[in-house]
Amino acid sequence: MCLAIPMELKERDEYEAIVELGGVQRRVSLLLFPEAAVGDHLLIHAGFAIGRVDAEEARLTIEGLERIAAQARPS
Amino acid sequence: MTLPDRILLAHGAGGRKTRELIEELLLPSLSNEFLATLSDAAVMPRFPEGRPALTTDGFVVDPPLFPGGDLGYLSVCGTVNDLSVAGAEPLWLTWSLILEEGLETSLLRTCLEGAVRAAREAGVRIVAGDTKVVPKGKGDRLFITTAGLGVVPPGRDLGDHRVLPGDVILATGPLGDHGATIMASRHGMSGAALRSDCAPLNGLIAALLASGAEVHSLHDPTRGGALVTCHEVCARTGLRMVLDEAQLPVRAEVAALCELLGLAPVAMPCEGRALIWLKESDAPRAIEALRSHPLGRWACAIGRAEAPRKDRSPVAMRTPTGEERPLDLRAGADLPRIC
Amino acid sequence: MISQEPFRDPRLLDSLFQAIRSEAELAGRRFSFMEVCGTHTHAIAEAGLRRRLGPQVRLISGPGCPVCVTPVEYLDRAIALGRLPGVRLATFGDLFRVPSSRGSLETEAAEGLRVEVVYSPRDALTLASAHPEERVVFLAVGFETTAPAIAATLAEADRLNVCNFYIWSGHKVVPPPLRLLASDPGLALDGLLLPGHVSVLTGWGIFEFLATDFGLPSAVAGFTPADILLGVLELVRQRRKGEARVTNLYGRAVRREENADARRLMDRYFAPIDSDWRGMGVIPGSGLALRPEWAERDAGLWPVTVPEPIEPAGCRCGEVLKGAISPPECPLFAAACDPDSPVGACMVSSEGTCAAWYRHERYRGEAAP
Repeated sequence: MCLAIPMELKERDEYEAIVELGGVQRRVSLLLFPEAAVGDHLLIHAGFAIGRVDAEEARLTIEGLERIAAQARPS
Repeated sequence: MTLPDRILLAHGAGGRKTRELIEELLLPSLSNEFLATLSDAAVMPRFPEGRPALTTDGFVVDPPLFPGGDLGYLSVCGTVNDLSVAGAEPLWLTWSLILEEGLETSLLRTCLEGAVRAAREAGVRIVAGDTKVVPKGKGDRLFITTAGLGVVPPGRDLGDHRVLPGDVILATGPLGDHGATIMASRHGMSGAALRSDCAPLNGLIAALLASGAEVHSLHDPTRGGALVTCHEVCARTGLRMVLDEAQLPVRAEVAALCELLGLAPVAMPCEGRALIWLKESDAPRAIEALRSHPLGRWACAIGRAEAPRKDRSPVAMRTPTGEERPLDLRAGADLPRIC
Repeated sequence: MISQEPFRDPRLLDSLFQAIRSEAELAGRRFSFMEVCGTHTHAIAEAGLRRRLGPQVRLISGPGCPVCVTPVEYLDRAIALGRLPGVRLATFGDLFRVPSSRGSLETEAAEGLRVEVVYSPRDALTLASAHPEERVVFLAVGFETTAPAIAATLAEADRLNVCNFYIWSGHKVVPPPLRLLASDPGLALDGLLLPGHVSVLTGWGIFEFLATDFGLPSAVAGFTPADILLGVLELVRQRRKGEARVTNLYGRAVRREENADARRLMDRYFAPIDSDWRGMGVIPGSGLALRPEWAERDAGLWPVTVPEPIEPAGCRCGEVLKGAISPPECPLFAAACDPDSPVGACMVSSEGTCAAWYRHERYRGEAAP
């Protein structure tokens, strides 16, 4: 339905930011996510930041995956 | 220098302005004994022993200047590469310009310098040319058409008719750099490491063939990238091509750009890479020869030709888990998508 | 950068498949889930998840590809607008090859239609400010993820005072068709895999009606193979235990609450209208139109003659979109209709159900259910 790719916010001004993924940069609008801060991993859709990717939540999900792996193959 | 900043219709009209353009801009850079006569046709010395190979190509890239090259450089490289992958040693090129009225003379100069540089790198000569100017709005800055003549040395026979099941497919370097660079400039993206791979391949291919490896076929994966090339080889050989995702050489920047625009690196054009089909046991020798050349430093195996199977797609990607993912001709598409 | 690697780790994927199998065995029955979002459809096909899930879990593709659910009338009008003097269309690449009643934007371009493919609606705005002598019409399609981006572009157009930028809105919103599908006895869904990126904007709370009104399990999931399998596992678990709730498994991006800034902008420019979904008909309140106060930006209001729409004969996209049939059950599939010469929209978009099947399932011996 919608491609949105996580990119890191490198610098920002009032309305726009430079975001980066794998050495590729693009200028995006922050109108939909004005609270974005330098260092945030933002989800970018069609040239707009639409939200933030939370590293702690990502870690929790991966932990969940590891728990399932541990249960699936009891050692 | 009497040339104006922009090309005028009169520059293509055949009169004094045409002569100024040729004598002040084109000739000094392109100068060689064949072109210098400015006669209607370049008459060449005796053709070397072997079979003649002839190719022609048109170049219309937007934008005409891009990181790592320009339309002029690309036009000579593209022509040289078409000859080289046919097993020919490129000798002579023609270079024909269609300029749009109002084109910045500096852009023409840059492309001309690019063509001259590529010709020097490839050791070929541009022996004939033509210039036409079309009214503003009837063209897109500049179009370049080339022809290239080369010679296939006696005893050399390369082509898809020689590809066999079990052949290994090599790439001479990372895939998709050119296409990703062009896409980036079109869609407002940038990256210090995003550069076209545009380069003349004849030297690299000479080094490969000199290694003695049993090379069956060569291609330059330009439009549609490795994906389209593999499909074409499938269509001509009746074999299937299976690429190995884990081995596919793709720069991080190219992978990132493709992810952003929803494209597939394997479908991104290259302008300075070759795909090589060769006997499996000769792959290490070929890779070593390629890697000893500056343009082949990252050469590696990317897949193999296999016997056809009814229940499998003609071109497929083997994923790291050993699954096969079909790659159809449109799998990469050429349009950025948001969905 | 937060690593995506674990989400593609074959070891973790294996254990997820194993966990889904044992849950399904415990339940002792088969399950039908719908992945609503086209990006999920694409990812499921690309990773070959459907085959590895086996017969116990059937994944039905839902109406979550904005291009596929857009009726041909939308494109017919778009092309008519593009034929007006001084008009240039700008579109996402997704729409470029979709057939209208006559041709696609691609084939019409060859006939003189002026159309630019852009990555962002902001690029269309840039085009408009660079060509003040033209009228640039952006073909605004997409769900709740995309509509706020269009609204923000309109806000930028106002701020920068670009007067020659217009849109033709074909936006749609996700909950109304889900309500319809959830209550469709013919489909008998066991649960819904909810769209991750729509939820980034809407918050997952908006989907709670699935549990409260229909007793349907649902899970918001991300787009890696592990995310999707986690979602499937959660749906099987809820179903087996007789539970029904919205579980957010995409916590790294989705919260219960909506993105309020995006919502404000969207509400400022758009209002809900009844909207026609390909294959599903008109669904009340399922579309977004520009509010009357922005009429001067609304190319949809321009008087153009739009020919009577012609639905492609024999095309069963509509049933595919509802999940009523799978693509190979359509007589045109892979015969008269393929990605190079698509008849229906589902074969065009890379996340269209038919295109995804054509590309990825055809050689996997995926039988029609």
